Amino acid sequence: MTFTNLHLYALATPLLTAFFVNLLGRLSRNWIAPLVVLSLCFSSVFSGVTLFNVLKHGAYRYTVGNWQPPFGIELVIDHLSALMMVLVSVVALVATLASLKCVERELPGREHLFFTLYLILIAGLIGLVLTGDAFNLYVLLEITSITTYGLIAMGKGRAPLASFNYIIMGSIGACFYLLGVGYLYILTGTLNMADIASRIAGLDAPAALATAFGFIMVGLWVKMAFFPLHSWLPNAYSLAPTGAGLMIAPLMTKVTVYLMIRVIFSVFTPSYAFFQHAGVQSAIVWVAAAAIVCASSLALAQRDLRRMLTFIIVAEVGYMVGGVWLANTQGMTGAILHIVNDALMTLCLFLAAAAIYYRTGSLKLENLNGLYRKMPVTMAAFTIGAFAMIGIPPTCGFFSKWYLIMGGIEAGQWGYVGALLFSSLVNAILFFRIIEIAFFPKGEHGHGHGHEPIRMEEAPFLILKPLVLTAIALIAVGFGTGPLVNNIIRLAIPAGF
Amino acid sequence: MDAMLQDVVAKYNYWIYVVLMMIGFYAMIGKRNLVKKLLGMNIFQTAIILFFVSIGVKRGGAIPILDKYKVLESGVDAAQIVNPLPHVLMLTAIVVSVSVTGVALAVMQRIHREYGTLEEDEILERIGE
Amino acid sequence: MKRRLERAAEQPLGDSAIVRTGVRLLVPFIQLFGLYIIVHGHYSPGGGFQGGVVLGSSFILLALAYDLKTSIRHFSLGANAALANTGVLIYTGVAVLCAIFGGLFLDYSALDKLIPLGPVEWRSFGIFLVEVGVGLAVMSIMVSLFWDLSSGGELDEGL
Repeated sequence: MTFTNLHLYALATPLLTAFFVNLLGRLSRNWIAPLVVLSLCFSSVFSGVTLFNVLKHGAYRYTVGNWQPPFGIELVIDHLSALMMVLVSVVALVATLASLKCVERELPGREHLFFTLYLILIAGLIGLVLTGDAFNLYVLLEITSITTYGLIAMGKGRAPLASFNYIIMGSIGACFYLLGVGYLYILTGTLNMADIASRIAGLDAPAALATAFGFIMVGLWVKMAFFPLHSWLPNAYSLAPTGAGLMIAPLMTKVTVYLMIRVIFSVFTPSYAFFQHAGVQSAIVWVAAAAIVCASSLALAQRDLRRMLTFIIVAEVGYMVGGVWLANTQGMTGAILHIVNDALMTLCLFLAAAAIYYRTGSLKLENLNGLYRKMPVTMAAFTIGAFAMIGIPPTCGFFSKWYLIMGGIEAGQWGYVGALLFSSLVNAILFFRIIEIAFFPKGEHGHGHGHEPIRMEEAPFLILKPLVLTAIALIAVGFGTGPLVNNIIRLAIPAGF
Repeated sequence: MDAMLQDVVAKYNYWIYVVLMMIGFYAMIGKRNLVKKLLGMNIFQTAIILFFVSIGVKRGGAIPILDKYKVLESGVDAAQIVNPLPHVLMLTAIVVSVSVTGVALAVMQRIHREYGTLEEDEILERIGE
Repeated sequence: MKRRLERAAEQPLGDSAIVRTGVRLLVPFIQLFGLYIIVHGHYSPGGGFQGGVVLGSSFILLALAYDLKTSIRHFSLGANAALANTGVLIYTGVAVLCAIFGGLFLDYSALDKLIPLGPVEWRSFGIFLVEVGVGLAVMSIMVSLFWDLSSGGELDEGL
């Protein structure tokens, strides 16, 4: 086994296992858990070694099937994609531990179908992160989306309807992206990202190029639920089965934000995307600011914990898109760091929600009454996640927000800075409201049975362990921000920008 | 005016694709019936397939199936052959659209079993109850 | 015209002897043609997807002319699931084997180390293997799409 293929083993193990899970899971469900966990462990190890390799030897390119680019499909393994690969596989592994337990309860008898889709989704996400080919990106985008539609539709009640709306919106997004790729293909005659970039430089067709750029960006924005195009996300993510939500919510939108960065860096150069149309650039930052403000305000109105979290996700997408379009190093660093942090924060909060739902069967805010005594560990981890979301210093959320705000000040985008501060304030209100409900139970003395001790009823170990791990990771990444930024993220941002 | 008309006629394939796409888009956004929305989605995807296939076309071009021995003897004249790459891409896009349609139909059946209707207004009414 | 429509509505569908006999005669040829398209896919127009769809359509035709049960009798549910998974496993398996034997992903010439046929021959043969895998998967997925959608997932009574 050589090192050249490592990143593809990270993709192939979940993909191969998906079909073994489907085949063997039909015979006996005892096969499913070990197969899934083992394959994701391997995948994480392979991604970790790939990242280590990239750090040691620098970025490299890989041709699938030994067909030389620009004709063959090329994979790009640089600092950014290796980092994303580790993020995807590790978050998937951690989420899987918990979702095994949730799925066992929510979808009895259909676990093999669930985990087949789940593993294909992970393989698709890793592929998305690696690919260096514009059309291949479309295919992988659809693979991840189709599996997500299926996973969401497995939920109860209104979930199929939410999934159908997602199908319609997601298809519009993908088709827009494909149209943009079509325009690029007419202009350059190639689909390889690096090749397109080199040919765009000598091109004299500003209108067609702008059309292609616009189509691709709008397509990706629909997929990542950037504010005015976000309407599908809250329903889809909050109604999905708990096990699916654990994995989809932290990863899908963040990987799409990564794709936007990838398209800006590798297909169009940053100088084209940001500086050719200065008005557009600042307009998008304003839209991002509006996204943050509106989504945060909408989150205030929610009475359900998971639904509230989905609106926070929409606001966080605004953070990242705004950070990218600030068009300076600080903002870009903040955006990339926030991809990592936000995936972990969302994972932590969704895991906590899953643990609460597993024990109490409800996520209505008023039912969280007195939960601190009932589930102290869960609520402690939830508090850490909440602190990270708000941006309180030792946790990682603070540092990425710091970079974003510095970038905003540097670019002179005061609206965006204001929106960030506003959103932090709203997050503080949101989470302290929950902490208050959960910590100071109301009406306990009014009832006759108020004085009997509340039984400790923690979530099962398989949900609790990933939750605690993620909470620790939030603080660890916070302390490790310096090395992370200096060794990986700075190298991922192209020079002279 | 004349120049514009000539522009429209010369690039009629783009106009057809734009019109088809708008029809699909209207059905996806404007119609309240889920089946009609799905059909709109299919029209939308077909429009893009038409767009891609038409950009590979050359006037008087032959089909891109080559005889190995003839090619070894006389080489390939790329100007005489239709560009096959967009067609191959669309083969993949068709596979994608088939699977999206399959998933959407399955989801729709679940909606129908849950609510007994595929009219969006009636479904929302039933949710409100 | 209206009277003809009414008469058509009264008649039970799918019980026509002509249709059944026609389908019974046609299905073997359709399947043969599907196999032909798959097998010739790697050097002429056609391939796994197209051939798989043709193969799958033969079973769908069977289900339309007779009923769902008949087509399930000819192509059992277990076999369907097994073939769909094996098809994709063949594809991914070939890719991973190539990587394990020292080549790049899907670089079929690396398989020469497994069975020495010559790297050029393996390039052709590797694509053939992949096409067979794709064909199997597409056939079973097309059939199961039809089964599930026509019976609402119950698999008892089709269209």
